[in-house]
Amino acid sequence: MKRLLEEKITALHGAGGLVMEKLLLEHILPKFKLRAAGPIGLDQLDDGAVLDLPPGKIVFTTDSHVVKPLFFPGGDIGKLAVTGTVNDLVVMGARPVALSLALVIEEGFSFADLERILESAALVLAELGVALVTGDTKVMGKGELDGLVVNTTGIGVAERVIPDSGVRPGDLLLVTGPVGEHGLAILAARHELPVETPVESDVAPLWPALAPALETGGITAMKDPTRGGLAAALNEMAKKSGVGMEVDEAKIPVRPEVRGLCELLGISPYELACEGRAVLAVAPAKAEEVLRALECHPLTRHARVIGQAVESYPGRVVLRTAVGGRRFLEMPLGDPVPRIC
Amino acid sequence: MSELFSLRNPEWAERFRGLLEKLRPPRPVRIVHVCGTHEITIAQHGLRSLLPETVEVLEGPGCPVCVTSTRDLDCALRIAERGAILCTFGDMTRVPGTRMTLEEARAEGADVRVVLSAADAVEIARRNPQKPVVFFAVGFETTAPGTAAVLLDNPPDNFFVLVSHKLIPPALAALLSAPPVEIAAFLAPGHVSTVIGAGAYREIAARFRVPIVVAGFEPLDILYALALVLRQLREGRAEVENAYPRSVTEEGNLRAQELLRRVFRVGPALWRGIGEIPASGLYLREEFAAHDAQREFGVEGELGEEKPPGCRCAEVLLARAVPTDCPLYGTTCTPLTPVGPCMVGAEGACNIWYRYAGRPRL
Amino acid sequence: MCLAIPVRVVAVEGNVATVDLGGSRAKARLDTLGEPVQVGDYLLVHAGFALRRLDPADAEETLRLFQEILALGDNP
Repeated sequence: MKRLLEEKITALHGAGGLVMEKLLLEHILPKFKLRAAGPIGLDQLDDGAVLDLPPGKIVFTTDSHVVKPLFFPGGDIGKLAVTGTVNDLVVMGARPVALSLALVIEEGFSFADLERILESAALVLAELGVALVTGDTKVMGKGELDGLVVNTTGIGVAERVIPDSGVRPGDLLLVTGPVGEHGLAILAARHELPVETPVESDVAPLWPALAPALETGGITAMKDPTRGGLAAALNEMAKKSGVGMEVDEAKIPVRPEVRGLCELLGISPYELACEGRAVLAVAPAKAEEVLRALECHPLTRHARVIGQAVESYPGRVVLRTAVGGRRFLEMPLGDPVPRIC
Repeated sequence: MSELFSLRNPEWAERFRGLLEKLRPPRPVRIVHVCGTHEITIAQHGLRSLLPETVEVLEGPGCPVCVTSTRDLDCALRIAERGAILCTFGDMTRVPGTRMTLEEARAEGADVRVVLSAADAVEIARRNPQKPVVFFAVGFETTAPGTAAVLLDNPPDNFFVLVSHKLIPPALAALLSAPPVEIAAFLAPGHVSTVIGAGAYREIAARFRVPIVVAGFEPLDILYALALVLRQLREGRAEVENAYPRSVTEEGNLRAQELLRRVFRVGPALWRGIGEIPASGLYLREEFAAHDAQREFGVEGELGEEKPPGCRCAEVLLARAVPTDCPLYGTTCTPLTPVGPCMVGAEGACNIWYRYAGRPRL
Repeated sequence: MCLAIPVRVVAVEGNVATVDLGGSRAKARLDTLGEPVQVGDYLLVHAGFALRRLDPADAEETLRLFQEILALGDNP
């Protein structure tokens, strides 16, 4: 029989002693291929990492990830945590270089689950060639948190920074793929809804797909439509840029299985989070070139122009609906819930 | 789903827009629907932008979630606080009781679960035999047959129902019975009507001389129903017309009606912001007392008056007051802390007024 | 109130049907329906209970009704 220490995380694993060192050296560190981006990295277990960065503006971002359930169709919290931070760097126009990873684990958490989570985080970083350079592990008492919190912080380098606020009237608005998948997969799993669905999270790092599009120089603003989905992303970009937006509902890509389940649950696919999509504003003269660059990568093959920024309605998004009506696409109030009304 | 596609066809919608313009009433008219799903169709597809300027379509007493009284919600909250697993529909978890919403109660540790169906709540009861499981049953005649069906299907002993089901025709009659009435016509809810039948409105249409058109839920269904309304107004008729015959018959779903009669009796009910409407609520018959959550948890009679006083939603709905006439509007009652149904519903009159200072024209 | 949508029946077992919408599947109880249901039928389902069996021919009837009233708009 295995000892408790090998099956479950206990307070000792976060206590800074031998047990913790064994956890780090035997179970966590070896999973990550690239462990330095300069003279001091993960292997030295020093108080910090030291980086050699290529020239350019340094972009810095952090995000704490909590997701219920920790394993969901299409991914898990490990993949989500590194992907989320990588994508935040990418939509700022930066090439991701190095990440930190901090775990806060509930006492009694399954060792096997933790290993699976770290392996999927490591896989994303290995494929991208991004280093994990520093980290932290803490254990909290049973019941003091819900399983696991993962914080990731990322550093990237941008030749040209792309803010949310750069949209200009006349710019075309693009979305890089079908919307609503991550949020819907999580919603169905979280409420243990008695539905069977092929919908899976779209969680995927955007760098390989977006790097060629960034090189065109045509992207004026960019955002990843995570919480609040497409509706929140467009509204934020419109508000920060001081422009209005006209969006054509018929052009917004939504997979039929997402559309179907949304109808069944009574929720809008435009308010559901994406974790592998970006919303772009593009100078009209460069739109063709950006689309061609996006179409080369499978993740963004279905990129579409969905609308245009305008001078009227500053800060608001007008949706031309598929049936020919017009309405404001509003900022969602909160996470969508299934409804009967 | 080719049917769905064609019922959202923009060329047809454009033809309907032209027809509605042709039938445009000379003076402004107010058409009231009483259905959250109608509102969602109208709002999500931007149908108001296709209507003539003289036609205003308003969300009436809204949806069963919006009109659930704070008293019933307080009952549900109290039951959840006493350790039961409380199951209800997702949108119900966002509506405030006196102190909080069910979603907030969950954050405080109550076991509140979102279900898609009464049958899901029974399943949760079967999986948790040691715990009382309460289904907070809201909804109109469309939803109540499901509650009836699970009660008639040998539910486990630990399954209870907190019944807050309401009936639509008495609410229409109540809205119309206090003159002066500025409602030109009603769109009747297509799925309530699937159960009760179009015939259920005939007496009201005749008694109050008001057109009632049963409408479906696809964009073209609604535009078609509005065309029938405007034609009736133009011709001076006040009849029930069925614009949703692919789902609604004259007599309705007799089987569902029978389930309702076997399980429920009719009594007065409290509507949020409106007050008590006679014969507008459903109550469990004596045979089902063993599954009555109110009795099991002794919450009957513990709760006081419907709070807070001062809400003028009923008058706003009847066009006798505008939102700013209400003392609660914009102070205690806002879209994030709604009190009455006109603020709870995203397209309720007060909610819209608050967000846009009047209705935007696009 | 009353979100209810047309779904296709892919299996029937006792008083429960498995229904499909765009590849997602859910259960629908049939106790609330006074008629037999077969695989391939379309049902109107609300909160997990079938309220009506839809006849594809009725969809065509809907379009005919639309045409009829739209003719009013076409003739001056």
